[in-house]
Amino acid sequence: MTDMSYSPSRGQSPALKLVLRSILYILLGLFALFYLMPLFVMITTSLKSLDEIRTGDLVSLPREVTFDAWRTAWSGACTGIQCEGVKPFFLNSLLIAVPAVMISTLIGALNGYVVAQWRFKGSNIFFALMLFGCFIPFQVVLLPMARVLGLMGVAGTIPGLIFVHVIYGLGFTTLFFRNYYVSIPSELTKAAKVDGAGFFRIFWSIFLPLSLPIIVVAVIWQFTQIWNDFLFGVSFSQAGTQPVTVALNNIVNSTTGVKEYNVDMAAAIIAALPTLFVYVVAGKYFIRGLTAGSVKG
Amino acid sequence: MSPILEVKNLFKNYGGTEVLKDINVSIDEGDFLVLVGPSGCGKSTLLNCIAGLEPITRGDMFIDGQNMTNVSPKDRDIAMVFQSYALYPTMSVAKNITFGMKVRGVDQATQDAKLKQVAGQLQIEPLLHRKPGQLSGGQRQRVAMGRALVRDPKLFLFDEPLSNLDAKLRVEMRTEIKALHQNLGASMVYVTHDQIEAMTLATKIVVMKGGIIQQIGSPTEIYNRPANLFVADFMGSPAMNLIPATARKNGKGSKIEIARESGDPIFLIDTKNKDLPENVIIGVRPEDIADAALGRAGKTQEADCLIDIVEPAGADTFAVMQLGGKPVTARLHAETKAAAGTAQRLAFDLGKVSYFEPETGLRLN
Ligand SMILES: Nc1ncnc2c1ncn2[C@@H]1O[C@H](COP(=O)(O)OP(=O)(O)O)[C@@H](O)[C@H]1O
Ligand SMILES: [Mg+2]
Repeated sequence: MTDMSYSPSRGQSPALKLVLRSILYILLGLFALFYLMPLFVMITTSLKSLDEIRTGDLVSLPREVTFDAWRTAWSGACTGIQCEGVKPFFLNSLLIAVPAVMISTLIGALNGYVVAQWRFKGSNIFFALMLFGCFIPFQVVLLPMARVLGLMGVAGTIPGLIFVHVIYGLGFTTLFFRNYYVSIPSELTKAAKVDGAGFFRIFWSIFLPLSLPIIVVAVIWQFTQIWNDFLFGVSFSQAGTQPVTVALNNIVNSTTGVKEYNVDMAAAIIAALPTLFVYVVAGKYFIRGLTAGSVKG
Repeated sequence: MSPILEVKNLFKNYGGTEVLKDINVSIDEGDFLVLVGPSGCGKSTLLNCIAGLEPITRGDMFIDGQNMTNVSPKDRDIAMVFQSYALYPTMSVAKNITFGMKVRGVDQATQDAKLKQVAGQLQIEPLLHRKPGQLSGGQRQRVAMGRALVRDPKLFLFDEPLSNLDAKLRVEMRTEIKALHQNLGASMVYVTHDQIEAMTLATKIVVMKGGIIQQIGSPTEIYNRPANLFVADFMGSPAMNLIPATARKNGKGSKIEIARESGDPIFLIDTKNKDLPENVIIGVRPEDIADAALGRAGKTQEADCLIDIVEPAGADTFAVMQLGGKPVTARLHAETKAAAGTAQRLAFDLGKVSYFEPETGLRLN
């Protein structure tokens, strides 16, 4: 790839260029500040004691840094009658998100591979229906899903929630992989068939190794969706299987005692950390995967 | 001995459109069959049907006497080289070449030996550890060939393997493929839209148009006795001159009259062909119109023609004139004195002349 950088101020005087540049950076800085402000408030508040919050200023730095709120949020805050912090729920979220992401990504990859490279009668309709699945609002599937989970005997369990998220995510992951695989020349599949490889062999040896960028996209997307999900989590879980988002809501909304803003903030940050982590680790590939075009042999 | 490949009454439809109509071809062991025709005429489709990569709608296919109509590609004992080369992007050159053997469970020692042999044959040893993305077009082409060669199949299939190379490389690889065929004695089916490639490589040519076979024959047959106007026009460069003319009985032969906008018609006497209809299209190859002054073996008849354009091309010089309302090209000796805008005495050789019916386009003689 050649250098694609584009300078709108080409051919202008250096002074004007400098002014335009400065304006640009000032604007960018302002936007960044605007978006970072809430995070700043959250972090500083979580590091203050309750006394300091009550007496101090919302945006001021903590006079005395304390991690008490974090400790409480992690293992002591009350979510209703139970006071174990977000820890068990964080674990639930992991137990739900990790398998659900892996399964939905893998099946999505297989689906995309079939729809893109192994056309069958009605494969376009199949794909259109999958796509349609992406646009079904959560609320619509709540009742039928509850019934299905009941029939399957997994209502209120973590496998049940995994199932829900896999089903709901398949539309998206199929779309991602299909669009990626469609740009891979069908002659590649043909060559492998002549070489003697079958359906799974071709997928495993040729398509999966090509798929890192789009796997990253699917994983980030799915992980963010599943981790941040509240509605399915609150609808299809019971006391021991609630995800962290539901626990966070319970902590913030629990009515007993004084409002511990620092604990609320710490719990919120803890709940958001994994998605942040995924972005930081894999974000570079995310953009690349979204824009990845044809695969040149 | 049964033919190595036999295609019987093959039809192929995509949905409602018929892409191949009643294809019948067979080749013997060691034949080099070239499928040639304009883009979109169904050559790749036919090759894919032979490979088993596309199901056929009707008809039968035999490879080495066995009915392969419903057999999957991997069991047809074929190897194929694709137009885009279709190298596996994430595998090294060596892995690309050995993938087929690995899938088939060939032991490692045999794999290594075969890889070494083929890499030597194609002179790609230094590239074995590279990925396809790090190769030039010509190198990729060689690797694709290598992937086919290690298989040692009954039948090689090539789908326009040279069309993505630049002109010079194309000619080089053409020669190499020809040498390969001669050395291996292998049976090959080769698709191209380039009639020169077809002529140079083939032992047998199939000319196709619109999913229908126009003619099957050796390169000489196709060149000298095209079955219809399409083949006559498609094969050969510059193309055969196809000139509307009037034929009259003349003893044991015919007297051919070619009208000219400026000046008298040209009369040519054909002593071999009689019973021609009155209106014909006469087909004369450019090399059968020569410079009268520079002499030529064989029986010729001479006429003065006004030359419109002169195109020197190194070994030959092409002269273009108007005959029967059509531009007509003559292949003249490089030392010709012919000049644009002047009359030149030309010698017509009717020894290999073709006649076609103007309406149906079919060959008459
Ligand atoms: N998968 C397909 N579906 C529908 N039509 C096709 C398909 N593949 C090829 N065709 C049509 O079949 C005809 C022959 O194509 P092809 O065999 O690729 O031609 P060639 O290789 O001679 O250029 C073309 O008109 C093309 O549009
Ligand atoms: Mg083709």
